[in-house]
Amino acid sequence: MEAVHPSSAAPETRVFSPIFKYPSAAAPLLITQGAEALLYRSTYLLPSIPCALKYRPSKPYRHPILDVRLTKHRILSEARVLVKCRREGVPVPAVYALDEAAGWLMIEWIEGEVVKIRLNEWLKSRKEGNVADGVDAGELLDLMTRVGSAVGRMHAIGVVHGDLTTSNLMLCPRSTEGVDGDAEAPKMLDGDIVLIDFGLASQSQADEDRAVDLYVLERAFGSTHPRAESLFGGVLKAYEKSFKGAGVVLKKLEEVRMRGRKRSMLG
Amino acid sequence: MALLQTVHLEHLPQSHAIHVALYQDIKNATFLQQQLLAGNTDFEYALIDAGVIVSKRHAFAAAYRAVNDLLESRLRSRNVHSEIVFSLSPNNNASESFRRFGITPSTTNLLIIKVTTPSSALTASEIQSHLTSSIEGEQVPFEDSILQQLTDVPRVKKIYKLNSNGGGGKKNGQLNGTGGDGLSISRNGEESERKELELLVLGAMALRGVTN
Repeated sequence: MEAVHPSSAAPETRVFSPIFKYPSAAAPLLITQGAEALLYRSTYLLPSIPCALKYRPSKPYRHPILDVRLTKHRILSEARVLVKCRREGVPVPAVYALDEAAGWLMIEWIEGEVVKIRLNEWLKSRKEGNVADGVDAGELLDLMTRVGSAVGRMHAIGVVHGDLTTSNLMLCPRSTEGVDGDAEAPKMLDGDIVLIDFGLASQSQADEDRAVDLYVLERAFGSTHPRAESLFGGVLKAYEKSFKGAGVVLKKLEEVRMRGRKRSMLG
Repeated sequence: MALLQTVHLEHLPQSHAIHVALYQDIKNATFLQQQLLAGNTDFEYALIDAGVIVSKRHAFAAAYRAVNDLLESRLRSRNVHSEIVFSLSPNNNASESFRRFGITPSTTNLLIIKVTTPSSALTASEIQSHLTSSIEGEQVPFEDSILQQLTDVPRVKKIYKLNSNGGGGKKNGQLNGTGGDGLSISRNGEESERKELELLVLGAMALRGVTN
């Protein structure tokens, strides 16, 4: 959900599938597109309330009846998981509205940027400043800790994400006092972690599923920077403290690391 | 500023306007409820007990859903106004939703929502004068600050089943500083708790009828 400014967006990104028959004050803006869904920035109820609009267009290659059923099922299950998380204090966007027949889900707009981008910027600025790896990595470790406890809280309530990458973790700036200030914010990795994109999430208490979440996240950090992967221990440390069964999951993670995300087909 | 507020909600046609009025200390709740039960067409309003309304957004969300369902021809109740009351419900029990959210003889603070459509076009002043002549009570501005004083928070939490895990209070406001929602930016604990309650309520409403 990177910030796309209307001015820099090509005109065609404003083309709007007929999700809604009736307009809003400003046309919804296409933010990103996945295999299954389109994500728009739009408004809910009033022009002053931004929202994220996730639209699942119908797939022409699917049988129409199956298509409707799948879309409906996915919208509802994502909404249910989000509501459950929010209710139990897991940091996720709130659900505003949905229309499973029309294929859309409207959720809270989360300000900020995904961890992937912020982390890359941070690494870049350190490189330019010739800061040696490992020096003063406290800020990064701190971020890892926040990630670990957010994921732990999600797992603790019986939800697994299913696609836990650094693109699905938002860093949301803390309460903006003075909004403009601190041009070069000294703390680039500051902010609250918000988990997003629950399109592949499910309700599960299985250690296996939880471990795979962690494994996928570990790989995602690793692909950003080797340094980040070595600090992944910070995530696990915070995770371990976040709920009772976490220790078992970490054991399981070692197993998953040995074989990869998929279960072995052998034996 | 007029006490009756008229808004056009996002993603609804311009022809469908939402008019909202808030009354305190009403004296003729029984009479008003009877007009609804008798199907008196002069009283096509959503008459909502303001005690179960958390915020303006909460009310608008119910209106949005009802009008959207009206446009999609899938009303579950008699008309768009009863549907607004039903939209507030976290479950599919319509008569229970009227008991919980609708006007009852003991209602003292009343939120009134009127939807005007091309087939029932009334001006805001016509609506206001009808309300003035039929509601015995003090009309007050439809504002969050006033609504909040009228909310029965424990009752709201009970209805939406938000008690089990301290729903809302638990995360100490460290969630989601939703900037730029047009509301006040500064937020003390109480304010962010109220905000969180509102978001949980909206989620519960959105999931109404979700079974599959």
